[in-house]
Amino acid sequence: MSEVSFSFDDKLYKGRQGEPMAAALLRSGMLSITNSTYHGRPRGVVGLGVEEPNALVQLVSGTKESMLPATVIELADGLAARSLTGIGALPELPDEARYDKTNRYVDTLVIGAGLAGLMAADEHLRAGHEVLLIDDQSGPGGHLRHLGLELSSALRDVLAHGNLTYLCRCTSVGLYDQNYVVAIERRSDHLGNSAPARRARIRVWHIRADRVVLAPGAFQRPLIFANNDVPGIMLSHAAATYVAVHSVRIFRRAVVATVDNQGYRDAVRLHHAGVLVQGIYDARPEAGGPSVDAARAAGIPVRFRATVLDTASNSEGACHSVIIQDLDTNETFQTAADLLAVSGGWTPIVDLATHIGIKPQWSVEHAAFLVSHSTDRLRTAGMLAGDFGGDDDPSVFFGPALDPEQARHAYIDLQRDTTLHDLRRAVGAGLYSIEHIKRYTTIGTAHDQGKTSGMLTIGALCQLNGVAQGGKSGLSPADVGTLSFRPPYVPVPFAALAGRERGLLSDPIRITSLHQWHVGAGAVFEDVGQWKRPWYFPKPGERMEDAVRRECLAARQGVAVMDASTLGKIDIQGPDAAVFLDRIYTNIFSTLPEGQCRYGLMCKADGMVFDDGVTTRLGKNHFLMTTTTGGAAPVLAWLEEWLQTEWPDLKVYCTSVTEHISTIALVGPKSRQLLQELVTDIDLSKGAFPFMHSRGATIDGIAVRIARISFSGELAFEINVAWGHSRHIWERLWALGRRYDLTAYGTETMHVLRAEKGYIIIGQDTDGTQTPNDLNMFWVVSKKKEFIGKRSFQLPYLKAMGRSQLVGLLPENDVEVIPEGAYITVLNAHPDEHGKTHHTGFVTSSYYSPTLGRTFALALVADGLNRMGEVVAVPIGKKVLRATICDAVFVDKENIRRD
Amino acid sequence: MERPGLPTKIYFMLHIPCPHCGLRNETEFHYGAEAGVAYPDPNALTDSEWAKYLHIRANPKGWLAERWVHFAGCGRWFSLWRNTITHEIGPAYPPFTTQPKAPGNIGQEGSRA
Repeated sequence: MSEVSFSFDDKLYKGRQGEPMAAALLRSGMLSITNSTYHGRPRGVVGLGVEEPNALVQLVSGTKESMLPATVIELADGLAARSLTGIGALPELPDEARYDKTNRYVDTLVIGAGLAGLMAADEHLRAGHEVLLIDDQSGPGGHLRHLGLELSSALRDVLAHGNLTYLCRCTSVGLYDQNYVVAIERRSDHLGNSAPARRARIRVWHIRADRVVLAPGAFQRPLIFANNDVPGIMLSHAAATYVAVHSVRIFRRAVVATVDNQGYRDAVRLHHAGVLVQGIYDARPEAGGPSVDAARAAGIPVRFRATVLDTASNSEGACHSVIIQDLDTNETFQTAADLLAVSGGWTPIVDLATHIGIKPQWSVEHAAFLVSHSTDRLRTAGMLAGDFGGDDDPSVFFGPALDPEQARHAYIDLQRDTTLHDLRRAVGAGLYSIEHIKRYTTIGTAHDQGKTSGMLTIGALCQLNGVAQGGKSGLSPADVGTLSFRPPYVPVPFAALAGRERGLLSDPIRITSLHQWHVGAGAVFEDVGQWKRPWYFPKPGERMEDAVRRECLAARQGVAVMDASTLGKIDIQGPDAAVFLDRIYTNIFSTLPEGQCRYGLMCKADGMVFDDGVTTRLGKNHFLMTTTTGGAAPVLAWLEEWLQTEWPDLKVYCTSVTEHISTIALVGPKSRQLLQELVTDIDLSKGAFPFMHSRGATIDGIAVRIARISFSGELAFEINVAWGHSRHIWERLWALGRRYDLTAYGTETMHVLRAEKGYIIIGQDTDGTQTPNDLNMFWVVSKKKEFIGKRSFQLPYLKAMGRSQLVGLLPENDVEVIPEGAYITVLNAHPDEHGKTHHTGFVTSSYYSPTLGRTFALALVADGLNRMGEVVAVPIGKKVLRATICDAVFVDKENIRRD
Repeated sequence: MERPGLPTKIYFMLHIPCPHCGLRNETEFHYGAEAGVAYPDPNALTDSEWAKYLHIRANPKGWLAERWVHFAGCGRWFSLWRNTITHEIGPAYPPFTTQPKAPGNIGQEGSRA
């Protein structure tokens, strides 16, 4: 391994290419890496991998990842990192790295390339399966790597098999129903400066496998004792690996506290690496087996029924001595040690199994929750399934009894600085469910998601709950149960999940065929679903209100034009088209003559208004329906649902033509004069072309369809033309329109104009809880025919008096626009006995009207239609605005202007 | 579309067998509530019967016939047996065709793995 240099907190360090940053920092003598988040106590490396709760760092090189354990960062030249106190900071600049995703179908997916995973892969390869083997380490072998052992040739043959794909640095983050697995593969960080510039940093794998084998291994767990967070206290397996494999030579005297034989094996490794192991303190009454024999042979003193009670630290905060307690006599004594290696048993990684609801089972023999699952499609292997491989013989022991003062410094979750004292408080407050206690104490909610603290919590609760329930002894962890884990197993950068679907590629952008003209005219756009629609067209120096005022007056006094192409358009054909529309709309369409248009309202079966629009009868069996911009897709799905699942006897065909037909709305008293200059083959005069009629015509040889439809109350023409020809028609209108001072207007002006006429916008003035009657639109509801929703109007709660109804509001202040969404109360409302003031409605649309020269609004008000003339209050912060309830039509109540 | 070795009656891995397009990713479909709830003659029902049609569904644990639409594919509605606990997908069938037998007992929870 070649030597590399990296920086940590702006100081340069040397390390070996590919080793964990934690190893190099330890080797340099850095025991304390950071201070804890809440208590500010010095903290050092505890573990070996993703379970690490303390040594969190922020990368300041490369992608500047905001929070990673130093135990999983592979050293590479040029790497730079900074210590963190548990709270990361997102980099200020966007992440420019590449991320991608891929899909894979495979016969067998094996998660974990330790011994168990490799053997499972071998078995499935022999059965002729194609196998995908994924593992989060930088190489195969799992536990063997920590022991510094090479793979046997038989295992190397498994990896070389032609039917096997092996992915290292690939972490399964979620197991979902039906063997669907999401994994993230880290592909470039470990290469540092030499990473190819175009390589995706992380690849997200979506894997679907006929069979899944879970062989994720286990984490060693700590013990609960006073001052168990001091730097120099490590999991024994981690300590032995750093010393024996990564040549960390900073410890002179070690104490091992254990509840199983793993502690003995690690003591022997420390001993052989030159650390003086002063003693193994084993909570069990006795122990045997090869591991124990090896420790005795090495001359390491062993004492049973003893464990660590407390530690003391030196002036730098690092461990310098350990206080041992005899568990039978409670006598204590102190021994000097700069390393306390702790072995509290193994916690198999149950996370993925619990993602799909499998409940781990407590095994006293293993002192662990296991998942022994074996079906045709999913099975567990290795430590998760209870195959611990050695002579461990662990006891169920989580730490000695602690007095209240000791409990304040006995840490359960190092990252959250949660102590046994906090846990006792939670139980004292009456909490007993581990899920509640997790939320109350925040144990297990930090970056590491409780990988080491979860089992300690369960262990401590056994004791506390047992006592709380009046028992003398503790409960079993089986009674407490495990926490359920949710994906992701380790933090996943949002950038990885987004992949290449970022910025312009994050969502489709829909533009009309006139979009470039709008851009050239300086339009300010608003997003309406995926559509970009011109909001208003400011002239130089104009504010929004200036532009909207000018646009509104042009439409009411001269002529103005809008691109209405985003309206949903559905072409409906077939011999039963008219019958079908009669059932869909609340009003009748079968009587509509050819060449005429009609406004229609549709309801869901519960009687609530769902969409509206104008539908034109183009022929006996041919209609063109328009929907709201946002309603295009839902309405088409709605029509199809009825045709396919209820009325297959109707011969009707629906086709979305939204993007086939552009719609140009020409609005204002001078619109007829302007358009007649352009259209010479039909007569646009009032007598020849009445309101709500539709005519085919040609402009410069281009077929167009013109309809007298008005969403503003003004004289107006909607020109429908094939999408690709609309720019030509639009330019021609502008060439001729110069003499008329033709003005382009956007959605804001459209809203003001329609609201002045009391025309609703679905989704703004409605929210799916209004019937046509609530909107004062009884005129559009047929009494003669059946339609979807009609039956519901007979339901008592829809017939009841006092429902919210759409009304107009005239604010007392004719300049200040009431915010949309504002609540309305009765005037001088008195708070009820709870101090709450009840609303009587809310404002749905609110604007300044240049035509009226004042503010106005639409609102849904309880029993509003019977409260005309009532003055109501609109509290805005500390202010109370007043407004008068009025009719919702503010301009041209007689409908004279549209002709 | 069908991969050899897969059971023919139960489909896994969040795949849905569209009767028209074959096995496709679940993300191409929209859910349309319980199947087999025909639109009644609205005027033959009492208010409470109508309200029940509008708002009350069986919502069992286990196998349930549901309506789905292949919105990002053929746009067709069809019905589908699905286990609401295990998310196993059973056979699909077009509207107005004979409903295949449920793959398991209705209301039987089963295991998710």
